[in-house]
This record gives sequence, structure tokens and C-alpha cells, in this order.
Amino acid sequence: MARRWISVDGNEAAASVAHRTNEVIAIYPITPSSTMGELADEWSSKGRANIWGQVPSVMEMQSEGGAAGAVHGALQGGALATTFTASQGLLLMIPNLYKIVGELTPFAMHVTARTIATHALSIFGDHSDVMACRQTGIAMLASNTVQEAHDFACIAQAATLASRIPFMHFFDGFRTSHEVNRIEELDDDDLRAMLPEALIAAHRERALSPDHPVLRGTAQNPDVFFQAREAANGFHIDCPGHVRDAMDRFATLTGRRYGLFDYVGHPQAERVIVLMGSGAETVEMLVESLVRSGERVGVIKVRLYRPFSVEHFIALLPASTKAIAVMDRTKEPGAIGDPLFLDVVAALNEHGQLHPKVLGGRYGLGSKEFTPAMVKAIFDELHAPQPKSHFTVGITDDVTHLSLKVDPDFSLEESDVVQAVFFGLGADGTVGANKNSIKIIGEDTPNFAQGFFVYDSKKSGAVTISHLRFGPNPIRAPYLIREASFVACHQFDFLDKYDVLGYAEPGAVLLLNAPYGQNEVWDHLSAETQQAIISKKIRLYTIDGYTVARESGMGNRINTIMQVCFFAISGVLPRDEAIEHIKEAIRKTYGKRGESVVQANFAAVDAALAHLHQVPVPVEVSSERHPAPMVSPSAPDFVQRVTAMMLANQGDLLPVSAFPVDGTWPMGTAKWEKRSIATEIPVWDQGLCIQCNKCALVCPHAAIRAKVATPESLEGRPSTFKTVPYKGAEYAGMDYIIQVAPEDCTGCSLCVMVCPAKDKANPKHKALDLHPQRPLRDPERENYEFFLDLPEVDRHTIKSDIKSTQFLEPLFEYSGACSGCGETPYIKLLTQLFGDHLLIANATGCSSIYGGNLPTTPYTTNRDGRGPSWSNSLFEDNAEFGLGMRLAVEAQANEARRLLAALRDREVIEAGLADAMLDADQSTDAGLDAQRARVLTLREQLRDRINGERGEGDEARSQARRLLVLADSLAKKSVWIVGGDGWAYDIGYGGLDHVIASGLNVNILVLDTEVYSNTGGQQSKATPMGASAKFAASGKGHNKKDLALMAMAYGSVYVARVAFGAKDAQTVKAFQEAESYPGPSLIIAYSTCIAHGYDLAHGLDQQKLAVETGSWPLFRFDPRREAAGQPAMQLESGPPRGDVGKYMRNESRFRVVEQMYPERFKELLKGAQAHVLERYALYEKMAAKKETTS
Amino acid sequence: MMDLSTTYLGFKLPHPLIPGASPLSADFDTIRRLEDAGAAAIVLPSLFEEQIAAEAVGTSHHMLAHQDSHAEAASYFPLADEYAMGPERYLEHVRRVSDAVQVPVIGSLNGTSPEGWLDYARLIQDAGAGALELNFYHVATDPGEDGASLERRLLDVVLAVKSHVRIPVAVKLSPFFSSFANVAQQLDQAGADGLVLFNRFYQPDIDPDALDAIPRLHLSDSSELLLRLRWLAILSGRIRASLAATGGAHTAIDAVKAVMSGAHAVQIVSALLTHGPKHLIKIRRELSHWLEEREYESLGQAQGSMSLLRCPDPEAFERGNYMKILQTWKAR
Repeated sequence: MARRWISVDGNEAAASVAHRTNEVIAIYPITPSSTMGELADEWSSKGRANIWGQVPSVMEMQSEGGAAGAVHGALQGGALATTFTASQGLLLMIPNLYKIVGELTPFAMHVTARTIATHALSIFGDHSDVMACRQTGIAMLASNTVQEAHDFACIAQAATLASRIPFMHFFDGFRTSHEVNRIEELDDDDLRAMLPEALIAAHRERALSPDHPVLRGTAQNPDVFFQAREAANGFHIDCPGHVRDAMDRFATLTGRRYGLFDYVGHPQAERVIVLMGSGAETVEMLVESLVRSGERVGVIKVRLYRPFSVEHFIALLPASTKAIAVMDRTKEPGAIGDPLFLDVVAALNEHGQLHPKVLGGRYGLGSKEFTPAMVKAIFDELHAPQPKSHFTVGITDDVTHLSLKVDPDFSLEESDVVQAVFFGLGADGTVGANKNSIKIIGEDTPNFAQGFFVYDSKKSGAVTISHLRFGPNPIRAPYLIREASFVACHQFDFLDKYDVLGYAEPGAVLLLNAPYGQNEVWDHLSAETQQAIISKKIRLYTIDGYTVARESGMGNRINTIMQVCFFAISGVLPRDEAIEHIKEAIRKTYGKRGESVVQANFAAVDAALAHLHQVPVPVEVSSERHPAPMVSPSAPDFVQRVTAMMLANQGDLLPVSAFPVDGTWPMGTAKWEKRSIATEIPVWDQGLCIQCNKCALVCPHAAIRAKVATPESLEGRPSTFKTVPYKGAEYAGMDYIIQVAPEDCTGCSLCVMVCPAKDKANPKHKALDLHPQRPLRDPERENYEFFLDLPEVDRHTIKSDIKSTQFLEPLFEYSGACSGCGETPYIKLLTQLFGDHLLIANATGCSSIYGGNLPTTPYTTNRDGRGPSWSNSLFEDNAEFGLGMRLAVEAQANEARRLLAALRDREVIEAGLADAMLDADQSTDAGLDAQRARVLTLREQLRDRINGERGEGDEARSQARRLLVLADSLAKKSVWIVGGDGWAYDIGYGGLDHVIASGLNVNILVLDTEVYSNTGGQQSKATPMGASAKFAASGKGHNKKDLALMAMAYGSVYVARVAFGAKDAQTVKAFQEAESYPGPSLIIAYSTCIAHGYDLAHGLDQQKLAVETGSWPLFRFDPRREAAGQPAMQLESGPPRGDVGKYMRNESRFRVVEQMYPERFKELLKGAQAHVLERYALYEKMAAKKETTS
Repeated sequence: MMDLSTTYLGFKLPHPLIPGASPLSADFDTIRRLEDAGAAAIVLPSLFEEQIAAEAVGTSHHMLAHQDSHAEAASYFPLADEYAMGPERYLEHVRRVSDAVQVPVIGSLNGTSPEGWLDYARLIQDAGAGALELNFYHVATDPGEDGASLERRLLDVVLAVKSHVRIPVAVKLSPFFSSFANVAQQLDQAGADGLVLFNRFYQPDIDPDALDAIPRLHLSDSSELLLRLRWLAILSGRIRASLAATGGAHTAIDAVKAVMSGAHAVQIVSALLTHGPKHLIKIRRELSHWLEEREYESLGQAQGSMSLLRCPDPEAFERGNYMKILQTWKAR
């Protein structure tokens, strides 16, 4: 039977083989490899068997270290086992890789090669992770395309069984891993033919078994270790031969022939590029083109990188070669060259016969594009009279001048390929529709299709750019489209923000989703856009997609509507046929969700064409409107020069000199990015407002704020600026203001939901109602600017109650978190309370992405220039990282105090000042400010001493100099350790446990969404019973770990469990107590999340229900109370009331379990109900402890 | 032993007492207990098309809203394409109950779209229900829709469903029609096999402090039976379809009254929700005793005895006001 052609991405291509050829799969989610594990889990949970008829067991572990350990154990136990990982995850596996290699255990793992975090984290692709494993001895096999990711997964599995050398099969993360392409699928018979039973039997024979026991894992002494280490040499030497055999057998089976290295190019090439990974395809494409035009060039594609077969490499290199460029997609600072370069140099040296010039080049770090123009520049450099011996390509290095000059206009013509680019919004479904279009073209027509998707870093209002190619021949081109014949812009405003038409080739089609009729669209375009359309002779089509979607019951999902327009205009398929395929896909995707969903989609499809219009393009520009600048002209220089370029998608053009050398980044850049993503924003009715400040508290984006101001300060206010006399004695005579940031609000509506003030005559109207943003944008922008310029409320006058805290300036604002995010209100509160003396250690995860992902970041400073100083180390070490910060703070403070005392004793510093500083009570804002004032005086006295008359070199002067550097450390600093449940409950738990046991004064804030949010909804140990999550699709069968209880067991840790939506005052109290507690504190904060599956506008109600039903009990456990004879535990929510199902059934994560597995859900519900009662009873006992014993 | 047998929707039942559509019959174990308590038939809770559609669309939206919008997560839920949000769960319940119990199982359906009524009616039949109760739970809030077109819609649905399913079809109605007797007659002529009188609506309450509307469903009491008795009595003997009382039947006396007014079946919900399934045994025993004590031959003897056609004072059912003796004077 003929094999199937399927359209899949590299991850699915590799996972498909891995799942069918293994028995045990242990994984841990990490971008960009997570999809492989998720697919494996999905297939196993659907009962899909491997080629031997067994459903593989898929296990999510607590870390990649755990996954490697589990795989090692499974292999030792005689199973066929695999894992998938990338980047830091791969680093955590290294110790086990040494072991697995040392024990000669057949094992093929699959890696999406990803950047290792250095000066910054990058989720994108390069070879720095796989290159960090060279020394383990694992065999390394690189695939360059989606087809190869499929094929090499099989070849690696075959070769490892034959050679006993473990294999790392890798491909480029966020290129091959995420590129959708059409491939020929290997069927089960192919896989069976490649994996002889005898080799599997041999593997099982070697396994640990009490039936034929062996001992493995001894400790060896100096007398024998070395020899024993050399004993395996033969296996490594033979390995390339086994790979070659597997490749030959594979070729016989499938017709696809691969070598250990593959050469493409002129037989008498003079210039050759050597590289591995997807970039090799780009080189090959250009080589083919250059050879056709008579150039003597070639490329060696490295397949088997380790063990490196010098013999095979030399055999392929044309003897005519005069110059070689070896391209590494990694960087080893300080090395003579990057690793592949050194290998090639060594190979030539070992061979000794060929003496070409060898250049080392670096490209593509962190998924930097690698284009034919760059390859051209490399070949040109090989020609140059004095070529750069170690160059970079793809960037402009104006500091060390290593970069090659690239001709920006050079491109590779591919006449038979249609190229299309789509600008969409994450929430509008553009990417999903394009993935579907590729499937339709790739699987239902004879054409080949390729898709690649680019996302920005925001979690709300994210911009997506889809790159689609299709044509009659296989499509390689592992780089983004530069010139498309079809450009779709699914959001009208994008035309002003991004150079959308920069992608359009002359005569291209622009399909524009516009909220205007066909006769009005032209007039709404900017002059620049009109000019581009006219001069490029662009054919303009328009549709009011949102109206069509709304009328068809699709909400804001315009995906299928725009998809129909694409097919209708592009003519890839006859219209009717295309629509039929789209409808089939809709039925396939949504059929199980019910006919109503299918019908809404069908209605949208049917309505689309009637609303699609071609707009006649006038010959002249008529618009007088120009797009606003990317950032305000009042933004700082760095933001103007660097941030604005990144915001405009022009970051690739920034030279090396634009960047800080050590990853340090300026504060408060989010305020310059005005995204205007809300369609509706809150409007304040000051007459109704009861001035509770709850709106400001719940806002996830600090986009609605409260202030009081004196009448004088309000002079000159804008005409629409609203105020109302403050109700209350503390600010009598002042005016009260609630102000929205119209361009920063995401429209989540939490402020409106929490607003308690209703109009008595018309309760539908509240003190905050949502109104369309567009007409409000300009006046409210002016109002907000005026508001920000008003003086902040004096911190010393602010009481500690919930209302007053919202007059404190937030130093975390406008993050890219999801609209309605349940985590960010806690972080915002943290910065309001303690932001000016705060160090934050942030675990990798959502909070590090919205906290630190460029182009703009939300942590900012107050008017004194103080603010939270934030850093992210890793996912797994955050508690330790924060502990280190605390140790540093204390070390410096202790040293400063020692010096201060010494200088006091030497009468250099006034005794009164010194003693006041040493004894200062800094527990309040006033106390802290007083100490800061003393620091200023101290600095003056120290400077006087340093610059004074007494001679150089005296001890006092030296001490004064040192104290001057450390003077700030005499003012209090707080360390808060922030992260999600994946960190705190799973990968970082060991460290967290150690840190809370240390007794040191650190505060830990766990933003508990009960699931791995950032990587896409995998279960964690915080996932509650009954919730569906990846790796627990049928609903988690056991209880959430009680992290709070575990921490309370120490008796010396301050612990609180909070939910701001249920009891905000308790949340604030817990933060204040944790801060004041002199030892470790742990706050576990209920955080609503999009992964819970409901409209987060109801997040506050759900928090209330969670507390009311006992699913999320509230308490504070303060060991200080014990000294006063009171129980440390204060239980602050009542006994569970009602059925937990009342809470659970409001969220899709639980509800889908009930829908799919009703009987199981009944049991889980019963279990969850019993659990909340038992847990509450236990807490109740703890809260009553002292009363019963005293 | 008193003969309590009756015929409802063509089913020969040992007695008229049927647990009506309620959360009781949503639970498989409770259904078994109801059967053990002697329920003559069981009406399953209504499948609400509107709820199914809304939840399907809503869940689909929540699960898809963030799909493919961030580089690190293409989705946030497992098996997103596997979630069944249609009527499967209800149908599975119908199947399970129909297989497990011996008594007739009556499915119940509240549709919104014409396709919904037909498709779901057929699905419920195919899942094994012995009969179907069409639950016209509809609050007519649209001032633009007149009573005639609403009635037309009702009739069209009944006609269509009757032509699409083989099993008997009962229609559960509200009393809010200008001419209820006429509506009943038309439904009868359209082929309805039974009429169930009457629906009880959720009545929104008001929280005057929070200025919120709060949906409430109070359990019925016996006083609500009176409205049912009147209309049962008016219709009894005048239409072909069998009649059931629902709403307000709590005791054996209530059941006797309903049967005397013309009911072939008496649906009981609130009393069972309050006292549990076993309460059915008590009502049945007391019904039997009541008839025995008064030397009835069978329940059939009492069936319709107090209907408009047969009761000694039919005007009592027709009058709108309490009439004083003098005002009821008639020429003899």
C-alpha cells in the first residue's frame, strides 16, 4: 500500500516515530519540544499502540533531570525508552547521558535544538544546547527538514539498537520543530523492518533482572577506571558504520538516501560551506542556483556529527576545494573557534592531505534568520583576498566588526512557489486557519505546502505572522518570506504599526479586514499605506470580518472567514472545492463539540464571500493622515533608538553597539508601548463611585488607578478630566480620581465586575461601565497623562487597609500578561507595598515572560528612581537564587554596619548619626525614609573624610571609601522570590524546601495557577483532583499537594494562602506580615488563568466560590503568634459550604471531564469533596491547637 | 389489593404515580431506588438544547481563544478536539437507564431550533426512551411575537416531531395561553399522545441590597395543584390524548384529586425531593387505602369522575370569581 502524505510539523514528525518505537516515554515540558511529549501523551491516552501493539506509557516528571533518571531506569530495566527536550532541559539531562553512554544502552532521544540562556533567556533555536552534550559521547544526528525529522527519528532508533551507542536526534527549534510541511509518512511496516527483533531481544537480555542478575554502576578506583573507560572504544568506532547501514537499509525501503555527510554542489568545487541543521537547506538552495550559473561551489551537510567520521568527511570534500567556511549555530566565547569549525580543522589535520583555507562563521543564534543573501555573503567572503577568519553573518557587528556585509536586495527566485503572508492577532484564530489551509493544500491537492508562524512575546493581544508557501515541488526554504504575492492583514490597525506592505511584491494582493464598508476603506488608510498600494500596484480586497463573525455567532473568531477569502482570491483551489474542504475540516475539528459550533462556523464560511469586495485603487494619495510614531517623542533615548525599532519589527536591523554588553536592561519600558488592544474600556461615573479602590486593586495591568489630589494641583486639568470630593477624613478637602489608561487597558472588565456601586434607578449602570475605546482614546490619553503628573499620595499618610494601599504607586505596569491574568494583581500589589526596596528573584515561567520578555518590560521606578530590581536565573533554582540575593544583601549590610561602627569609634562619623543608623527601625515607610535620609548625610560625611586633609593610605580613609560604596545597604532591602506552581511544587521544590528551612529572611510568592501555564497547560503537582490538564486528560485522579502544610510543618515558616478576589484584605495582610516576618515566608496565591477555561471576567466570583466551597481555604500561619500563646494558624475562611461541584463546573478544565467521563468525574468530585472537608478539619484543629492545650 | 392501574401514553401502568423530570432522575442510582420504590414510569430530566448549544460554543471558545497565539504554547488543553459537548452525555444516560430499568422511560426535551427539536427527539428515541415528553419551557418575552405565532410554532414542532419518531409523544405546557383549551385541542389534533399540565418556571427573586436578580426554584406545595385540577377537569373526556398532572401533587389525596379531575398519570417531584424515593411507596399505599376505605372497585372508577363533563357542579371550573349562592341562581 502506498504510504500516506501528511502535513505535520517537525515535532509531530519526530514524535510519530518515537511513540511507535518505544515503550516508556518520560518527559518534562520545555519549549519548543513540549509538543512532542504532549502528542505522545495524547496518542497514548487515545490508546494508540506502538508497532508491537503496546500502548506506550507516558510519564510527566518533575524536571528534565527526573525525566532523564526515569529513562535511564527504564532502559536499565530493559524497556525501549525515549524522551524529548531542549535547552536548559537538555543540560539537566547531561549527567544521565554520561551514564547511559557509559553503559552502552540503546536509546534515541529527540531534541529541538534551542538556545541556552546566557545574558538573556531565549526560547528560540540554535545549537548551544546540543553542543553542550558533545563530551558525553552520545551519538548526535542532525535532521534539517520536517521529512528528515521523521526519517532520522527512525534511523537513530535503528542505529542505537545496532551500535549500542545512545543517540541524540536533533533538529532546529522554532524552525524545523514548528515548520509545517508535507512529508511521506513511514508506516508501521517500515519501522518494523528497520528495527530487528533480535537487537531488541539483545537489549532486554542485557537488562537488570533478578532472573539473570548483574551489577552495573560500580565505583572504580584509580587502578582500573581509565582502562575500563577505554574498553568501550570499539563501539564508538563502529557506530558510524551502523548508522551508514541503517541509512542504506532506509534508502532501500523508502528511496530516500542519506549519508553520514551529504555533499551537494559542483564536483570540482573550490568554495565549500560545511554546516548542519535547517540552515544547510538554505545553503543547498543557493548552491544549486550558483552551480547552474557556473560557479564552483558546494555544501557539506553534516548528518552524523558525533561520532565524527573523518574518513567519510574527507571522502566527500572535493579535492579541488580551496576554501571552506564552517558555520556554527552556537557560540563558545574564548574558544579558538566554535565546535564544528574546530572539528573540521582537526579532521583536515588528521587526514593531512588537503590544505584548504578554513574559515569559521557563526550564524542564526536565537533563531536569527539565515537567508540565501547571507549564504551569498559567505561564499563571497571565501573569495575575498583577506577573508575574516572568524566571522558572523546575519547581524551588523559594529563593535568587533566580525560581521559580513549582506546584500539586502539579494534573494533567490523560486518561480513555481506561491508565497503568502498573514498578519493576525493571537485571539482571532489566524494561525489555526493557516495550519488548516496547509493541511488542505498538502493533503487534498497534489501541491506541497509549507507553513511557519511567528509570534510576538505578548500573552494578550499577541501579533502573529504566518508565512505560507505552496507549489508543485517539495518546498525547503527554511527562512521567512520576504516578498509575497498575497498579503493578508487581519487587523486594520496593523497597517499603521507594522510595515505590512513591505512584504508585498509588486502587483500583490492585499486582503484587509477592515471595520469599514468597501467605499470607505480607502479613506481610512494612512497616506503612507495609500502610497505603497499605488506604487506597488497592489490589488486591494476588503471584508468586514468582525461583523460577519459576530453575525454568524463566531464572536471574534474571524479565522474561517479570512480563510475562505484567501482561497477565493488566491485560486489555489476552485472556490467550491476549497469551501467544501474548509467545511470538512470544521466538521472534523468541531463536530464533537456539537452541531451549534459547526453551524456557526458554516454560517461564517457561507457569509464570507458575499462580504468580500475588491476596492478600486485611485491613482493618487488622498489621505492626510500619518501613522503615529511608534513611541512618544518624550521617551528616553534608548527607547527611541532601540525599543521603538523592536516594536516596529525592525529589531533585526539594530547593530551590536545598540545593546548593553551584559544583558542589563532599562526599567519601565512597557509604558512607552501603547498597544490599544481593548475594544472597550471602563468609564468612571464619579457621582456613583463609593471610592473603595477595588477597581485599582484587581486590575492585572495597573491600567486603572486611584489618586487624591489637592484642588491646586488640579489646575489646568483637561476638560474631560473627572474628580469628586474625597469621602473621608484622612484626605479631607482633596479630590478623588479614578483614571483609566486607555491604551494600556486590555478590556478584561475585572474592574467593572468588582465595582459595587450601582445606580439605584438603573442598576445596570455602575460607577464603572465599559464603553468603546476608540472614541475615548484621545481624551482619556490626555487625562491619563495629566493624572500621572499629579503628585503621588504621600506614603507616610497611607494606612495599611485595602483601600489605602491602592493609593500607592504600582511599580509593575502594563505587562504583556493575558487579559484578566490572575497572577499580575499580586505582583502589582507587591510593588505597591514594597517596590522601592525590593529585589525579585523570578522563576522562569509566565511571570518571567510578562516580567522580562522584550521588547518592553513592566517593572518600573518611582520618582526617586527607586523600584524593584528584578532578575531571572533559571526555572529550577529560583528559591536558591533569591536566597543568594538575601545573603548578598546581608553580607553587604553587615560589612557596612561593621565599617560604620569602626568609623564611629574613630570619630570619623558622628556617633549620633552612626548609632541612629545602627539602631534604626525600618519596619515602616517613615522609618525607611528616615534611614535613607541618614544615608545621604553619611555619604556627605564620608566624602568629607575621603577628600579631607589627612594623608592617603590611612585605614580610616580606606574604610570610608568602602563604606561609601556600601552605604545604601544600610537601608532595608526585601527579597521576594516569585514564581509559578510548576517551579514551586515541581522542578524547584527541593530548593524551595531548603530555602524555607534555612531560616533566612526571604519571602516566597507562589502564583498558583494549578497548571503549567506558560508551556501550555501541563499538569503540575498543584493541579487539583478532577481537573483536566495535559498528562491528565481524563482529570487528575489525586489531590493537589498541600505545599502550605508541608511548609507549616517546620513551625518556623510564615505561611499564608490567599485569594485576592475572595478576601482582598487578607491578601494585603499576608503580604505585610510576610514582609515583616524575620524568617522565611511563603505565600501561596490563587491565580486564575486562561488554562482554567472560562471567561476570566468571572475570575473574582470563581475565587469566592473556591474559598466558599473549601477548594481554596484561606489562612495565615504566623509562628510569632506562638510566643503570645496563640495558635500560629489563623483560619480565615469558613467551613466548606455547598458542593465543590458548584465551583468546579464553572470551569472547562473540570467540566470537560464531566462531559467526557461522567462516571469518573462523579468519583473525582466525591474525592474532591471529601478532601476539602478533611483538609478543613485538619486546619481547624491547627487553628484551635493552643486553645485546647492551654 | 386495590386495582390502581391506568393507561398513560399507551403504556399500561400498575398505578398512576410517576417521578417527573427532576434532578432525581438525573442520577442513575436514584433511578434504581425509584424503580425499587415502585415508580410506574420514569421521566428523565430535560435535555435543554439551548444549554447544550451555549455550553458547546462557550467551551469551544474558552478552549480555543488562546490557541496558536503564543510561541510557547499552541494550546492550553489536552485533546482539545476530543471534548464532546453535544447531547452524548444525556443520550448515554437514556441508554443506561433504559437498559437498566423495567418500567417505561420517558425522555424529556426542551428545544430551541426546529432542527434541535427533531434531531434530539430522534436521538432520544434511538437511545431507547419508551416515550418522549416535549417540554415547552418558554418565557415569551418578545413583545413583537403574538400569541398566535407562538402557538403555531408549538404546533409545528409537535407535528414535525410526531412525524419523525415512532414513540409516543407527550407535551408539557405552561398555563399561559389566552385559550388554553383551544391550544390543547389543537395539540390533540396534531397527534400529541399526552398533555402534561403544567410546567413550573424558575421565578427570579430580587436581592434589594445588592440590586441583583436571583434565579430561584421553590419546591411546589399542594396549593399549586388547584390550577392543574381545573384544567384537567376541563380537558378530561374532550381530547383523545392522555393527561398527566405535574406540579403540586404531594399526597395520596392530591393524587386522587388529580385522577378524579381526569389525569391518567400523576407526576411527583417536590415530595420525592423532600422525602426521598421511598416516599412513593407511602403515597401508593395511602392511595390504595383511601380507595379501599371508600369501597371503590378500582382507580379507573374514579378517573375523570370530577371532570367538567361528569362533576355535579361544572360551573365551578368555569367561573373566574367566587360566587355567592344568590349569584349562582339559575332558572329551573
